Amino acid sequence: MSTAVARRSSLPGFGLTMGLTLTWLSVIILIPLAGLFLKTFELSPAQFWEILTSRRTLNALKISFGLSFAAACVNLVMGTIIVWALVRYRFPGRRLFDAIVDIPFALPTAVAGVALTQLFATKGWLGAPLAELGIKVAFTPIGIFIAMVFIGIPFVVRTVQPVLIDLDPEIEEAAASLGANRWHTVFRVILPSLIPALLTGFALAFARAVGEYGSVIFIAGNLPNVSEIAPLLIVIRLSEFRYADATAIAVIMLLASFLIILVVNRLQRWAQARIPVH
Amino acid sequence: MPTQSSFVTPATPMRAYASTADLAISPPSHREASDRARAVASPKDLRTEPAPVRFVIIALAVTFLTVFVVLPLVVVFASAFSKGISAYFSALAEPEALSAIRLTLLVAAISVALNLVFGVIAAWAIAKFEFRGKTFLITLIDLPFSVSPVISGLVFVLLFGAQGYWGTWLQANNIHILFAVPGITLATIFVTFPFVARSLIPLMQEQGTQEEEAAISLGASGLQTFFRVTLPNIKWGLLYGVLLCNARAMGEFGAVSVVSGHIRGETNTMPLLVEILYNEYQFVASFAIASLLAMLALITLVVKTVLEQRLDEGQTPRDDPRDH
Repeated sequence: MSTAVARRSSLPGFGLTMGLTLTWLSVIILIPLAGLFLKTFELSPAQFWEILTSRRTLNALKISFGLSFAAACVNLVMGTIIVWALVRYRFPGRRLFDAIVDIPFALPTAVAGVALTQLFATKGWLGAPLAELGIKVAFTPIGIFIAMVFIGIPFVVRTVQPVLIDLDPEIEEAAASLGANRWHTVFRVILPSLIPALLTGFALAFARAVGEYGSVIFIAGNLPNVSEIAPLLIVIRLSEFRYADATAIAVIMLLASFLIILVVNRLQRWAQARIPVH
Repeated sequence: MPTQSSFVTPATPMRAYASTADLAISPPSHREASDRARAVASPKDLRTEPAPVRFVIIALAVTFLTVFVVLPLVVVFASAFSKGISAYFSALAEPEALSAIRLTLLVAAISVALNLVFGVIAAWAIAKFEFRGKTFLITLIDLPFSVSPVISGLVFVLLFGAQGYWGTWLQANNIHILFAVPGITLATIFVTFPFVARSLIPLMQEQGTQEEEAAISLGASGLQTFFRVTLPNIKWGLLYGVLLCNARAMGEFGAVSVVSGHIRGETNTMPLLVEILYNEYQFVASFAIASLLAMLALITLVVKTVLEQRLDEGQTPRDDPRDH
């Protein structure tokens, strides 16, 4: 990129600002991340494989990815319902609920973590009635799932909201005037045009849940092989000074998130291509 | 006819009236405006569901948001004040609490200031010039959003830790980065890296380069052009980025937890102290600190909404969920 040439060069400062940007980016992001990958090369492929396929690592990855997927599915469905209510209907407190959607973004994760634990503990406001029904949420995998649903909901809502607002009303009116009933119009006309946005929201919620640490660890119980998420296992390995183990798990998670970025970029290109010319 | 009813909204005229009245009172945001225009424009609303369906969808949305989002927030304040107001304030006056607040403010101030300067510089290079690899560069700037906070901390442990690349050298020269303020600050800068640049780039791209080119051709220097022409144009966007950057910097937990070492009264930030006190069953104290962070989040949201309205008046960057 250092060979990049500014084509529109009537403004000053390209060389200087680009140089500073690349330097700062390298110092803060690129060199530290490269260090992580270099560290894994100190391991032989056999050692790397052994760490990843150990029972505890496999279970942690399974818990993280599996529950994140389940939570992202719930976010997809509930996010769509919330977006629909916020965009299409008028009801008292609509603006307030619209603003509330951002709280999981804004609330520090540790605060969310202790609050959810307090809420769902067996003596908590929601935990007590659930315990009477025989459902234990806090300190079980269900707790992890709940925390992941909490953290992921804004991603689906905020990705789909602008698309639903900008949706051309004429398409719906055309469908309706051609005799489609409302059910058909919604499921055959509106929802299909939201698919790229829905999938983007799903992918972002999934990615966030996989890497999430603060809001999960309090409510999780953190029992190895049962309710121990991958990010927590990294922290545990670090505290045991088993850097190689921590690094190997981190690299796999990092590769997974790169893959998700790639998918999201593709989805957004797809969405762009589908926007009709006005 | 039952099928016909789904095409007719009983309350259409009232809704249209309510919308226009609303319009007159408060300045609408961009998206709301187009929304309303549509509601008013279509005389026979073909675009809604039967009343029972609408009711169920609204009820589901409101219930879900109340249970999953509002209740946790209420629990924070209820638990913080569960032993009364004096217990709350004495928990906040503990030396440990005060030192955590000081450290959080210090780390946030340094990280926000550095990310502010470099975010503006990066946005200038990316938004005002054309070059190959621009999309890739933006992806790199966005990277910290998709990296797990724990990994954001881990990378610095691998560089500066006792077993890390530069650990031995640092130890020999008695330089403390890990388990000290520099490490906490570095991890915070890493996780908040994209905020300022990402809120400025779309805004500056939209504004183009004409005004700056005019200033330059009239003999202004580069810096004069930036401070007199560009900065006034981007001030709300810049404030928006700084606001989100600051909220994340003060609230960051995972990354900071890995590099802090949890030395009491020295390297505990507010979120870390929330964890420690909670694990020691000091619930009032833990939630008292948590309530300060929750208030920060609420203030951030309110200011964010105001800034979004300001930005909408002059066409804005779309709210990108990954910016959070």
